[in-house]
Amino acid sequence: MAADATPSPGGKHVGQRLKRREDPALIRGQGTFIDDVRLPGMLHLAFKRSDVAHGRIVRVDTSAARAMPGVRLVATGADLQGVLPSVPVITPFPYPDHPAVTPDKVRYVGEPVALVVAEDRYQAQDAVEAIEVTIEDLPAVVDAETALRGEPALLHEGFANNVALRIISGTGVTEAAGTQDPEAVDNRELDAAFETAEVVISQRMVNPRIAPSAIETRGVVAQYEATRPYLTIWSTTQRPHAHRRFLAAALGLGEHQARTIAPEMGGGFGAKKIYGEDFVAAALSKQLGAPIKWIEDRSEAFLTTTHARDVIGQIELAAKRDGTVTALKARLVADIGAYEMLLTAFIPTLTHGLLSGGYAIPVIRSELIEVFTNKMPTDAYRGAGMPEAIFFVERSMELLARELGMDPAEVRRKNFIRPEQFPYKTAAGNEYDSGEYERLLDATLELAGWEEMRAEQAAARAAGRLVGLGMSFYIELCAIGPSTMFPDGGWEHGSVTVERDGRITATTGASAHGQGHETSFAQVLADQFGIEPETITLLHGDTAVAKQGVGTVASRSLVVGGTALLMAGSKVKAKMTRFAAQLLEAREEEIEFANGEVGVAGGGKLSFEEVASYAYAPQQLPAGTEPGLSEEAFWEPPGMTFPYGCYIAQVEVDRETGEVALQRFVGVDDCGTIVNPLIVEGQIHGGIAQGIGPALTEELRYDEHGQLLTGSFMDYAIPRASDLPRFELGVTVTPSPLNPLGAKGTGEAGTIGATPAVVNAVVDALSELGVRHVDPALHPEKVWRLIRGGER
Amino acid sequence: MIPAAFDYRRAKTIDEALALIGETAEEARFLAGGHSLIPLMKLRFSQPDRLVDIMHVPGLAGIWERNGQVGIGATTRYVELERSRILQDVLPVVAEAAGEIGDPQVRHRGTIGGSLAHADPAADLPAVMVALDAFLDIVGPQGRRRVQAEDFFQGFFTVDLAEGELITEMRMLPRRTAAYAKLHQKASHFALVGVAAALEIEAGNGADGVCRGARVAVTGLSTHAQRLRGVEASLIGERLEEEVIRAAAERAPEGIEEVNDDLHGSAEYRREMAKVFAARAIRRAAARA
Ligand SMILES: Cc1cc2nc3c(=O)[nH]c(=O)nc-3n(C[C@H](O)[C@H](O)[C@H](O)COP(=O)(O)OP(=O)(O)OC[C@H]3O[C@@H](n4cnc5c(N)ncnc54)[C@H](O)[C@@H]3O)c2cc1C
Repeated sequence: MAADATPSPGGKHVGQRLKRREDPALIRGQGTFIDDVRLPGMLHLAFKRSDVAHGRIVRVDTSAARAMPGVRLVATGADLQGVLPSVPVITPFPYPDHPAVTPDKVRYVGEPVALVVAEDRYQAQDAVEAIEVTIEDLPAVVDAETALRGEPALLHEGFANNVALRIISGTGVTEAAGTQDPEAVDNRELDAAFETAEVVISQRMVNPRIAPSAIETRGVVAQYEATRPYLTIWSTTQRPHAHRRFLAAALGLGEHQARTIAPEMGGGFGAKKIYGEDFVAAALSKQLGAPIKWIEDRSEAFLTTTHARDVIGQIELAAKRDGTVTALKARLVADIGAYEMLLTAFIPTLTHGLLSGGYAIPVIRSELIEVFTNKMPTDAYRGAGMPEAIFFVERSMELLARELGMDPAEVRRKNFIRPEQFPYKTAAGNEYDSGEYERLLDATLELAGWEEMRAEQAAARAAGRLVGLGMSFYIELCAIGPSTMFPDGGWEHGSVTVERDGRITATTGASAHGQGHETSFAQVLADQFGIEPETITLLHGDTAVAKQGVGTVASRSLVVGGTALLMAGSKVKAKMTRFAAQLLEAREEEIEFANGEVGVAGGGKLSFEEVASYAYAPQQLPAGTEPGLSEEAFWEPPGMTFPYGCYIAQVEVDRETGEVALQRFVGVDDCGTIVNPLIVEGQIHGGIAQGIGPALTEELRYDEHGQLLTGSFMDYAIPRASDLPRFELGVTVTPSPLNPLGAKGTGEAGTIGATPAVVNAVVDALSELGVRHVDPALHPEKVWRLIRGGER
Repeated sequence: MIPAAFDYRRAKTIDEALALIGETAEEARFLAGGHSLIPLMKLRFSQPDRLVDIMHVPGLAGIWERNGQVGIGATTRYVELERSRILQDVLPVVAEAAGEIGDPQVRHRGTIGGSLAHADPAADLPAVMVALDAFLDIVGPQGRRRVQAEDFFQGFFTVDLAEGELITEMRMLPRRTAAYAKLHQKASHFALVGVAAALEIEAGNGADGVCRGARVAVTGLSTHAQRLRGVEASLIGERLEEEVIRAAAERAPEGIEEVNDDLHGSAEYRREMAKVFAARAIRRAAARA
């Protein structure tokens, strides 16, 4: 067979539990992380940050700092005006100016007001401590629902009532393209559904603000070479190419004069894209003629790495008594913090798009209001708008089941989108690619032993124990594309080169930071070429190596980046086929790739090295063929993929203390084709842990003055391995029809599905006490108060 | 989280440690496990000019049984307490409490002496030492002295330790019938409330014996580790049946002033939890009879 017409994998390596090739170096401490980047003559940058949430800068006294040992530069926001561009935003919505170092007003605790460059990090910090900032306090805006009445203060000119964005979406209004006139919305269908509803569920629900908490904090090293001129910048970014574009422009360079390198990263989770500190480091490297390094410390990370969620939803379901949901109505208030970062305003709009969950809900309408407050801005974090949506929907389904006295599994089953309905366009506007939801639900119930679980729960309750079961059925929206859907492009780029020795070097624009691309992408190519993964190296994370790219975000890498690589690979295969046919004097149609060789079945065979050495030094070129074996491809997905899954949690609540013990966690996920089950399980495990955290303990809390109370891991509780039960997991595989791999993505699945499952379980445990709903995080005291009947 | 500059010295003997602390006019601190001091320095809440590392002083770490007493050296790390055969046999409460501290990293660095000297209001071992009626051996420029744990803890991060004084050893009587029960603060894993109960139960009757002596101490509830005298009084002379334990535990908040109140637990919650964990500690201690 000749090269694939439509390349598709399928062979010996896809589907194998190959151990991650990245790990031996990482577990030996041999990775190169941002703080390992050390350049000769490098200087260190540190920031003086506001300790006031809202106020006007009266004076910044830098005189003492300037006189301190090792100090090369002290600058205030005012000094940098005009030197630095504003922090970039790529949403289609209006946004306020966001200086990297504020010259006049401070709007959140942690906002940079001045900076120091010194010969070492300690000197830099000493000088920072010596800077005196006088700020005239303004009232802090900390409550989103008050803020949207413009109280107690306004954050930005041009944004009346602190409203950043208001969108009414749903049937009748197709696209969320900006602020819309509420009067123009046709609500007749929605109103009719609620008027004729046999049951209406209405609940206010809160998704608290949380911190992405990557184990490695942010950092940047910038090196500007004046004579070339050229900027090389190492940064903890998930999007090196966008980073390069903005950084180059900031220094007045073309993109061809800048290179961004994303070294190994200890987690990104959506929060590591482009920050003001990167611009500062680059500009100062140019100004001082020396490389500049900045490494965020953990206190800064809590204050100044983007936060997430913080959405209040008023959710209403209209349903029939048989459990059929006829309409969903939502009012969402998102507290987006003080400014907008790259995608801040875009993230809550994703919530609307998933409000159909896995269900065929005929009418969906949501109103979204995004509000400025004096807190750190929010942006993407594992799930990015989706966990909020699925939390709202899955809590509502549970409330409906309870209201109707139905088994929660049956209410869900009743409303599922059926396999024959795909591709299915939901009333929330998204077109789901494929799914067999009922099959997966049944697989989950079987894996869990649902009937026995319910029986054991009944027995435990009879014995006076507060045992609860919770379920969630999640949908994840992956691979945001085509480019019309995603600000900044929905494609990915890949290249494949067969070297002269027959080994393959491949590049991807999907810059990995812990996802194991070097392993899984090699598996895909290995099958495409009939070779072993060991002979393939994947490079990424450097704009000088991967020519173009969008990045590893939105669970898109395998789907979009993997396919781009396959496309490039098939071009190379086509060329190899031509060279091999010539060398073997065979017809191209006869050429096969198998067992590391190229040749004719039952006939002559060539090694990759033989074909490659000929291709790079051809004695006679096949007609219309260039020498060499190196090709690239862009791939634009035709649409998004929608993996899904079902989780069941069992908890026991300690009646005396309110502590929640998570006893079992069972789940089945469907992410389409699985290239490497080990990597998928890793993604699911980590994702579930990051969904359990916000259910039980994770919550960023600000006081009424806008001071962050949970600014360290001593006060902000992420789950530990010992807090988690052994996850009992299974899969179903329903390939996506939208890409040749059949992959759907899996990066955010666990996080989206786990929170509602656990919260549903705790509410179930407390239901005998008359508890109907409780918002996470389910801190022991909060639960204890419910048990005592103090708060309902 | 970058500390100010400081001078680091490593002491090889107790005398050298005292000399290194004493010779400088600037602020000097002993450095043990560093798991309270270093975080404070990184936040610049504490800016000592000199640290005198006592972790390499021979003989300052260890656990021994001598003359009917158990001694624990000041620089003994939690993990050593947790794994000690001696403690598991004759003072299981110490091993138990040490095993509930923080996380494995903290337990491999933090020391009992550091914990007591630092006296965090939510630290675990102070309550255990008070309940066990331990005393601390202290040396300093003025020579040696000995102080009872109960008197040592005086208030919020306040202990009976003068500048330049070094805790060398803790001593206490063996007691199997003692236990520690703790409600973890879910982020730091310090005690939201922790109760240590040390009981003397009439021999021969197991848990059904009459309670002849009881020392119960709480941490996390207030400024420092303190005895719960009401609870103790209700136990002494009684058979430790469930109703007795419950009634005694109800008295846990008695006499405790300045109850802690923060985002992890209100004063009301902590008072209630003091009752719950007093009962749990007493039950567990009684079960060891
Ligand atoms: C993440 C984390 C979680 C924690 N969780 C808990 C917990 O659950 N329970 C708990 O009890 N603690 C907890 N701690 C605190 C921990 O136990 C510390 O180790 C302890 O408080 C101090 O002991 P150290 O040996 O580390 O002392 P250091 O930090 O070295 O010193 C603390 C203070 O004591 C002084 N000092 C030390 N040794 C002596 C001595 N022999 N004589 C005189 N002065 C001395 C020092 O000068 C310093 O002022 C936690 C700490 C961290 C970082």
